[in-house]
Amino acid sequence: MALITMRQAITDALREEMRRDETVFIMGEEVGVWGGSYAVTRGFYDEFGAKRVRDTPISEMAIGGVAVGAAMNGLRPVAEFMTINFAFLALDQLVNHAAKVHYMFGGQIKCPAVFRAPGGSGRQLGATHSHTPDVIFAHFPGLKVVSPGTPYDAKGLLKSAIRTEDPVLFIEHQALYQVRGEVPEGDYVVPIGKSDVKREGDDVTIVAYAQGLQVALEAAKQLAEEGIEAEVVDLRSLRPLDMGPVLDSFRKTFRAVVVEEGWRSYGIGAEVAARLQEEGFDFMDAPVKRVAQLETPLPYSRELEQAALINKDRVVAAVKEIV
Amino acid sequence: MDKATLLDWYRQMVLVRRFEQRSAELYQLGKIGGFLHLYIGQEAVAVGSIGARRKQDHVITAYRDHAHALVVGTDPGALMAELLGKETGISKGRGGSMHMADVAHNYWGGYGIVGGHVPLGTGIALAEQYNGTDAVVLCYMGDGSTNIGYFHESLNLAGVWDLPVIYIVENNQYGMGTAVDRASAVPDISTKALAYGMEPKKVDGMNVIEVYEATRDAIAAIHDGKGPQFLDVITYRYEGHSMGDPLRYRTKEEVAKWREDDPIGVLERYILEKKIAGKETLEDIDQEVEKVIEQAVDFAEKSPFPALDTLFDNIYVEA
Repeated sequence: MALITMRQAITDALREEMRRDETVFIMGEEVGVWGGSYAVTRGFYDEFGAKRVRDTPISEMAIGGVAVGAAMNGLRPVAEFMTINFAFLALDQLVNHAAKVHYMFGGQIKCPAVFRAPGGSGRQLGATHSHTPDVIFAHFPGLKVVSPGTPYDAKGLLKSAIRTEDPVLFIEHQALYQVRGEVPEGDYVVPIGKSDVKREGDDVTIVAYAQGLQVALEAAKQLAEEGIEAEVVDLRSLRPLDMGPVLDSFRKTFRAVVVEEGWRSYGIGAEVAARLQEEGFDFMDAPVKRVAQLETPLPYSRELEQAALINKDRVVAAVKEIV
Repeated sequence: MDKATLLDWYRQMVLVRRFEQRSAELYQLGKIGGFLHLYIGQEAVAVGSIGARRKQDHVITAYRDHAHALVVGTDPGALMAELLGKETGISKGRGGSMHMADVAHNYWGGYGIVGGHVPLGTGIALAEQYNGTDAVVLCYMGDGSTNIGYFHESLNLAGVWDLPVIYIVENNQYGMGTAVDRASAVPDISTKALAYGMEPKKVDGMNVIEVYEATRDAIAAIHDGKGPQFLDVITYRYEGHSMGDPLRYRTKEEVAKWREDDPIGVLERYILEKKIAGKETLEDIDQEVEKVIEQAVDFAEKSPFPALDTLFDNIYVEA
């Protein structure tokens, strides 16, 4: 096991898959000569050449659609949106084409494309560049949406995303690129659509993913010092959503807090809370709490920005309200 | 052109027209739901251009998509069954009029979002270039789609990457009810090609032979290393944009004038004047097509609707 960053884990997954399968190629803005605006594909242009590491113009509608078309015709594109904020321009391709061609044509067409998109907030990038809009994309049957919270999951999930025959939106939180974690040498996959218990505990269930997972784990650590043992369940995939481990945990703790970096309204927390009352009502001892971003466009000024975002203290406070 | 080819084109154009006319009747009877966009008047475009393609070449278009399927060789019964929402439909009743594909014939389908398929066609071409084949893509679209961002981003990228794709604008003069000169800053759509390094070629879309020749030349130009190609094919739809169009935006005189150049009539006159075949031969073809259409409708009517327990089939390949 090596201790590596999530950035390195993503880079390793991409490089290993490109070496394994000639049909895998990368396309996007500044992925080649520049090396990726988050340096994920640094060195790829030299190793794989211009055919397989393709710089595009600033054309998200074309990046999305050309990736779908290439995937329909037998390739395995990994298309990069420089940030998820720009993926809004390709929303029609993701949700109206990638997500639907298999179903709409009676199973004749497959779309094994991966769309990578760095997302998330907290780096003073201002309102247009600070989004965690994951639920928008997760709303549509046909598209798989994953967002890892650890380097181990990032590498394994990206390999699954590249190998699956279905389209996958792979959301990377910018703040996690520098997070380090244990990652085994060599090939392994993490299945899409499987939640995972990241910390065991009997007093309360904290459901989270991506950056929210890191916040939840910090909160759990502090709660433990105060004698409250939280179980932290990492969703990892938003569609398909695996409620199994969440419900298993809830039937043990009878209490849940959902942590997400996106806005509260119509969010992941709303979905998880609804499913808990539908499928786990008999085990419910307290209202399901939601910790989410406050409902404002994200401001630039540092303290204002941080005030709107989730943090450890807000999770701790939410837990204490129901335990 | 040899006799067999010309007669086959005649047969295909009549097949498309009769298929569309029968579809309209079935729509009026309530047997076809949703939207229905008819190809009547534009037959020479699909027949002439697909007439120039080789087997390995790909076809993709927007929602006025029945003709392209018929011309690539899709079973008319499977297309009619799709319109009736049947399990035996080419898209198993999941797609309907706007979403017919037949991948076995390299037909990647009709798409319902204006311009949304233009980057798909461009991506299909990328895969062929990537694999080093000589296949090209015929990417059809309406004049209205030349105003949407998809068009410009796709043509630009195809130019930058030198992709083997022919963009074929079926310029039928109107985007729904808005005339080209009311929607496009340059009323001559072919000039848009110049911005992306392509030649601004215009083609008479009422003449199947001219459409064939222009497409054949475009395929040859790609093989000569001249990059992606653009054809502004001037044509006309006799019917409305879709069923129920009140047709307030054009005059009866205008329609009548275009009908003088009816693509089937143009080819019929050519065949008769050049004594390629006699009137009887053409009438025999008409009868033969009539039978094909009746068989298609019969097949569609007798086919079962999809079973309700198949509702969740094919959402994912790997669920």
